[in-house]
Amino acid sequence: MNKAATNKFYTIFQNGGIYLVLLLLVISIGLIKPSFLTLPNLLNILRISSVRAIIALGVGCILITRGTDLSSGRIVGLTACIAASLMQNADYADKMFPNLPLLPLIMPFIAVLAVGTFIGMMNGLIITTFKIPPFIATLGMMIIVYGLASIYTDAKPIGGLRQDFIGLGTGSTLSIPNLILFAGGIVFIIWFLLDKTILGKYIYAIGGNPTATLVSGININFTLIKTYAIAGALYGLAGLLLAARTGGATNNYANMYELDAIAACTIGGVSTTGGIGRVSGIITGVLIFEVLSNGLVILGVSPYLQQIIKGVIIIVAIAFDMRKNKA
Amino acid sequence: MTDVLCLEVKDIHKSFPGVKALDGVNLQLGIGEVHALVGENGAGKSTLMKCLFGIEQPSSGEIFIDGSKISIKNSKEAMEHGIAMIHQELHPIPHMTVGENIWLGRYPTVKFPFLVDHQTLYQETKKLFESLNIDIDPKKKVFELSVSQVQMLEIAKAVSSKAKIIFMDEPTSSLTDNEVIHLFNIIKKLKNFGVSIVYVSHKMEEIKEICDKITILRDGKYIGQWNTEDLSIEEIIANMVGRKLDNRFPEKTYTPSPEVIMEVKNFTSLLPNSFKGINFELKKGEILGVGGLVGAQRTELMESIFGLRPVEGEVFIHGKKTSLRSPIEAKIAKIALLTEDRRTSGIVGCLPVTNNILLASYPKFAKFNYITNQAQNNGIAQEYVKKLNIKTASIQTAIGTLSGGNQQKALIARWLLTEPDILILDEPTRGIDVGAKFEVYQLIYELASAGKAIIMISSEMPELIGISDRIMVMSNGYLSGILNPEEFQQEKIMSLATEFL
Repeated sequence: MNKAATNKFYTIFQNGGIYLVLLLLVISIGLIKPSFLTLPNLLNILRISSVRAIIALGVGCILITRGTDLSSGRIVGLTACIAASLMQNADYADKMFPNLPLLPLIMPFIAVLAVGTFIGMMNGLIITTFKIPPFIATLGMMIIVYGLASIYTDAKPIGGLRQDFIGLGTGSTLSIPNLILFAGGIVFIIWFLLDKTILGKYIYAIGGNPTATLVSGININFTLIKTYAIAGALYGLAGLLLAARTGGATNNYANMYELDAIAACTIGGVSTTGGIGRVSGIITGVLIFEVLSNGLVILGVSPYLQQIIKGVIIIVAIAFDMRKNKA
Repeated sequence: MTDVLCLEVKDIHKSFPGVKALDGVNLQLGIGEVHALVGENGAGKSTLMKCLFGIEQPSSGEIFIDGSKISIKNSKEAMEHGIAMIHQELHPIPHMTVGENIWLGRYPTVKFPFLVDHQTLYQETKKLFESLNIDIDPKKKVFELSVSQVQMLEIAKAVSSKAKIIFMDEPTSSLTDNEVIHLFNIIKKLKNFGVSIVYVSHKMEEIKEICDKITILRDGKYIGQWNTEDLSIEEIIANMVGRKLDNRFPEKTYTPSPEVIMEVKNFTSLLPNSFKGINFELKKGEILGVGGLVGAQRTELMESIFGLRPVEGEVFIHGKKTSLRSPIEAKIAKIALLTEDRRTSGIVGCLPVTNNILLASYPKFAKFNYITNQAQNNGIAQEYVKKLNIKTASIQTAIGTLSGGNQQKALIARWLLTEPDILILDEPTRGIDVGAKFEVYQLIYELASAGKAIIMISSEMPELIGISDRIMVMSNGYLSGILNPEEFQQEKIMSLATEFL
């Protein structure tokens, strides 16, 4: 391909190419296996994507600031355990807190949002106070949080969850799955945050050029702490929904979700060097991964080959991302 | 000394968009000669060096080494031709040893081509150092060395790679007197080895002491070559600055008020080798030019006032002592800073013009101090694009794609939106074309006549003289004088600028 043609192809790919990729993926899998294109299956994909999308939106905000968050998966795991432990049936034999009264449904929400926000805020404080690269700071936090989750649960699975709580993850409202409603709400909130608020403008500016942002008299540290805290809150919510969807939790929940989230953001056009990224792209990135997982299973591709395909896709996406920075 | 030339540069031209950086420059370097290359900031010294080191390609002209014509495409070729460069800022690898740094890329090996022969490496380094009278332990890690020792290392490295021509760019700028003497001894040794040195410096006394010949550049043009003993320091300076002012500047139609708006008292940087004991006043509606050579610490002083660097001393604004420990506080005190380097600390290249213009003042236009109004922001950006004549396809265009002058105007718009009383402009016309320069000057006048106080750092002498109401000259971290218009002479400024070197 000559240079102009390459550039054109590449511009198309950047501006909306991923939507096209998603569409082609759905159509081609559907052509081979029509059962893929049924409404229940598509809704199922959306439902399963919901938790992933909420995590990816948190990670996405951080990636845009030139940061990264490796602790997201483990925070989801910890908050899943916390939510589950508060929502066990009163008569469940192996109850974690045997004397816990029947809590209102709002309690686990308050708990996971508080814990998630707090851990996220700690990430932000550590990064800004000690000037530790986010990669290292959140790597440390990832290990710490796994330790906390293991101590909290004594490394035992938490089961016997209340039906009303499980309903949050499995039920529907007006025939739309609750999980999709939650994810939709978060999509709106983060879109509003990034697009309409000052915090959003600062998140993009810091990612684009931190020095220029500093010189413009903007409190960079405070902005970053807020961003990590908001991301933490999203992980907390994701943890709760994951526990509700699966009807339980263990300390190993959401293991490696952080890497999937980073991969989905990158596929979705969030620049790994900061300053660029949109909510629509992140959601598309998440969907591409879930469609691929679901589709490859339906097509009967071996799970090991699936891993290879996903890995290749990530590398190709980042290769395009690097070209974007060169241009 | 012989008359054989080891390097000859004939009629080199080099243009950048809007600027003629080199306009017919010559250089004749004899074997074993120390040759001074002097000129004001922006005279073309750095560009010439870059052309000879293969970092830039000259637009036209010829380069001869030992009488044969060559072209230099990259720094590897330059080194193969025996050209080496000792930069102002040296970059050896800090966590490797002195010896490892010297032989980097051409390590002696033992048995296999991938096994480094450390014994030979250190022995050779020792021999090399002895021949040059350098006393550094080859096994020391580089980060443990002083600036002077790192420089010695770089010189030794150049010699070891069989360099015949060594460029030294301001080699004494961070050396103590004793270290300078040591450096000069090494230079004399190099001469005896037949190595030629191009010595770039602003320090006239040193040039008189160590250099045999001198080539003077001005505004990218070749002024001439002399034997150093034939020129007095005054004659050198006169040749460096001797250009006429033309009216590249708009006419001034106002006079500054006598009211003092800012007073800086006993400002001393808390960083090493920076400015000391600076005192000055800034008046309402005044344009205070700040002159000085590279390394005079002008940018450092202004960034310290703006809260970007640690400093001790006091600032009074409208007679009130004001704390300026961060840009956030400086902005509240109604100070604006247009930084020197647009790309690294000015624009957010990937974001639209609108976001760049509004960056410093979002809260002012936001609902509940939080929610921005895109339509309103676009309107504001559009208004400034029109007012400052910023040429851009649209206000949604990424600012990184605009020309330098238009980026600069957008950044000025960013600060105007904060409604500052004091604007600090650091090299506001660097790298922008003549037309845009004129517009920036007009803008500066308008601001001053609207009662804003302006501090303008500039390395362009005509600009300083043409625009300023007073000129403050800094030299090596000291304030060497503040001139009133009747004292605006290039020679006077230049001699103040070199006073503390």
